[in-house]
Amino acid sequence: MSQQTAEPATAFEQFVTEIQRYDVGVTEVTPSEAADAIEGVIEQPAVGTALPFEGVELPDSVESEPTVGDLDAATTGVTAAELAIAEYGSIFLRTDELGSEPVSLFNDLHVAVLHADDIVQDMTAAFEHLGERARADRSSGILATGPSATADMGALVQGAHGPKRVELILIT
Amino acid sequence: MSSQRDSKAEHIRHIMETEGAAVGTNTRGFNAGRYESVAKLSDYDGLKDEARAIKEDAIERLPELIDELTATVEENGGTVYLAEDAADANEYIAEVCAQQEADRLVKSKSMTSEEIEVNEYLEREGVDVVETDLGEWVLQVAEEAPSHIVAPAIHKSRAEIARLFNEYFEPEEELETAEELTMFAREQLGERIKDADVGMTGANFLAADSGTMALVTSEGNARKTVTVPDTQIAVAGVEKIVPTVEDLQPFIELIGRSGTGQDITSYISLLTPPIDGPTVDFDDPGAPVAGDGDDREFHLVLIDNGRLAMREDEDLKETLYCIRCSACSNTCANFQSVGGHAFGGETYSGGIATGWEAGVHGQESAAEFNDLCTGCSRCVEACPVGIDIPWINTVVRDRINDDEEVPMDFLVDGLTPDEETSGPGLQKRLFGNFETLAKLGSTFAPLSNWVANAGPVSRLLEETVGVADERDLPTFQRTTLVEWFDEREAIPPADPERKVVLYPDLYTNYMMVERGKAAVRTLEALGVEVVVPSVPGAGRAPLSQGMIDTARSKAEAVADTLDPYVEQGYDIVVIEPSDVAMFRGDYERLLGPDRFESLSEHSYEIMEYVYGLLENGADVDGLNVADGETTVAYHSHCQQRTMGLEPYTLQVFDRCGYDVETSDAECCGMAGSFGYKEQYYDLSMDVGSNLDSQLREIDADRVVASGTSCTDQIGDLLGEEPSHAVELIAPPE
Repeated sequence: MSQQTAEPATAFEQFVTEIQRYDVGVTEVTPSEAADAIEGVIEQPAVGTALPFEGVELPDSVESEPTVGDLDAATTGVTAAELAIAEYGSIFLRTDELGSEPVSLFNDLHVAVLHADDIVQDMTAAFEHLGERARADRSSGILATGPSATADMGALVQGAHGPKRVELILIT
Repeated sequence: MSSQRDSKAEHIRHIMETEGAAVGTNTRGFNAGRYESVAKLSDYDGLKDEARAIKEDAIERLPELIDELTATVEENGGTVYLAEDAADANEYIAEVCAQQEADRLVKSKSMTSEEIEVNEYLEREGVDVVETDLGEWVLQVAEEAPSHIVAPAIHKSRAEIARLFNEYFEPEEELETAEELTMFAREQLGERIKDADVGMTGANFLAADSGTMALVTSEGNARKTVTVPDTQIAVAGVEKIVPTVEDLQPFIELIGRSGTGQDITSYISLLTPPIDGPTVDFDDPGAPVAGDGDDREFHLVLIDNGRLAMREDEDLKETLYCIRCSACSNTCANFQSVGGHAFGGETYSGGIATGWEAGVHGQESAAEFNDLCTGCSRCVEACPVGIDIPWINTVVRDRINDDEEVPMDFLVDGLTPDEETSGPGLQKRLFGNFETLAKLGSTFAPLSNWVANAGPVSRLLEETVGVADERDLPTFQRTTLVEWFDEREAIPPADPERKVVLYPDLYTNYMMVERGKAAVRTLEALGVEVVVPSVPGAGRAPLSQGMIDTARSKAEAVADTLDPYVEQGYDIVVIEPSDVAMFRGDYERLLGPDRFESLSEHSYEIMEYVYGLLENGADVDGLNVADGETTVAYHSHCQQRTMGLEPYTLQVFDRCGYDVETSDAECCGMAGSFGYKEQYYDLSMDVGSNLDSQLREIDADRVVASGTSCTDQIGDLLGEEPSHAVELIAPPE
């Protein structure tokens, strides 16, 4: 299913445009620049889970094997995104044994790290991947679009239960 | 009867006064957002068709899918419990909590859990139940029920929530802004989630192939509810099952757009529980976050509670396709005025609620609010799975009618020669037998008009059958359209290209004869041969009262009369949009597909037909084209819009040189007999006030409408009756 756009854009361009509509800051970097870029957007204290991209490391200031106490005290959580959907500006956060789900959820700021190769065009393409994977290993994850939000208190507020702000480090 | 109607009117007035403003602002915002969001899709209709097909297939194969899902979830390490009813489900859930020695259960939003009233049950068992969705939590604190299936506290303003929290929690600093209220709730609920023993969620969808469930949320409370405690209970109606994970795709694209007008909500949890991530024990700060989640337990409680019986019920079955997006609530003009506390039953609210309530709680619960569906049909177009919601309302109304005890009444009995074997109430029978009333009214006009609107008779009508005293009854014409046509001396166009039966709908024939004459002049000016035979009423009036047998006999009589014309090559042209909707839509159910198809294919709305004639070379100069700059304010009829016919009228106006602005009010509020009913008069006027302000703002030279109801309502609102579209373009006599 495709959305109409004024001019044909590449999936990459469209993704960046769409995710920014949700007030997500986007920093484009090469693998070797990623750690510095993460350092540049986090607010301390920060926790994170290991990033699965070649040549990409968490900066030293991010606790990469956090305890529950670290998680509770942190302001920022850094985790990887497995997939992104250009037309929606959405990213897929895989639940794993490292604890990426709580690390991406409990802090005021979530820094997601995505590789540009993992951007797919539309929801159909995303679900082809997600369906196969779910049947194969019965894993779980969250398709996240922008920060947590609610309008239940009479006006739109970001950060109801989940992160108030999301930053994206986009590796090219 | 009268006192029942009075108390209903009083209840509706009270809800409108206390909750109407907040509900109106929010639902209209959602509705506008829906239009905007679905317009961005390149193939919205294709996506809806896809979603519909998945649901049709899934409900068809439901027993098999339940078995498949059960096997899959068990293979994944979870437990499935198929609960026959609410009590059965609650006992099981309580047992799980007891085994876990749970003191606290945290919940994310779930209407199905409201349906089984699990909170009350668990509280009695000594479990502290905390709603973590902010809207639900507000209601838990306020001890109120949801007024909307997606945004449960939609009836409360920010100021009211602030007052509630300040009184209940007595915070050190008074809470005021939405930001302050949200952060307060985040903190309070965050603490409660940390201590929770069990997390309960609903499920928007369940994929049988992998046991994957989708949760559509925005706040993140569902994520926390699942992640923190080691035990997850998901409560879901059996109808939530779809065959595969890929089947979720169209629904994920449609649900947020259709409901709150969001392209997608913040979080779509795609969980295959028990999930493979660690639980988080905040009492053990030294423990690592990482972990394999092997301590997790998952219980899927599938709720039948009447659903498998609904599946066997041809008319209620479609209800099971509902994905609870709330589009039918938000687009409904009546809902926009009152919300779910008036337009709702024990659990569900809005148009589709009639199906849900009748199916899971029983007909009595549906009877409470079923009349608020006027059959305007705007929800059909809005529904992402295309459920014929008005039909479900009509069927349930018919079934409710059957159960009503009706006194044989001396005044109305002669006016109600219907096919109903048992009793719709007097008020419904009077309006349902409008054809008889119209014939009598016309025979005795103008005396009948004078008598009916005179003080004593008008008051008698209100007391006995509940016709609102405030309304002027329709003015019947002594000479009907059919009589005028028979008696007139006119030379038919020579060598006509097309032959037309102008259908003398009840309203045109007996009351608004001028618009009928205008239609004849217009068609003849465009070179068409016109006949206006005597044809029975279309059955719209009885259908709207839930008198399906009567409507069916009308439909058969109409088809008997018109079929021979169709066979001789006549097109059927209809002025009243609600009757076009009968011919093109409802007759399929009333007549069966074969008879329906021929009549439906050859029926046209008058302005649609005029557009077709102009497209095929007819000369627009034969019509009453605008001289200079004539501005027109146009309100399209609700059913006309659902059939996609509004653009034809606008095109014709444009070709005739009129400068047109349209209203975007979903419905005028009159909706057939609805606005004439004593108990709904205030609501009808409240709905109309939206249209009223739009028309006044447009401030055009001419106000034009297409439906009889809209004409009556706008007449009452503006103090001057608008013209029908065809009267604007008809050449002068």
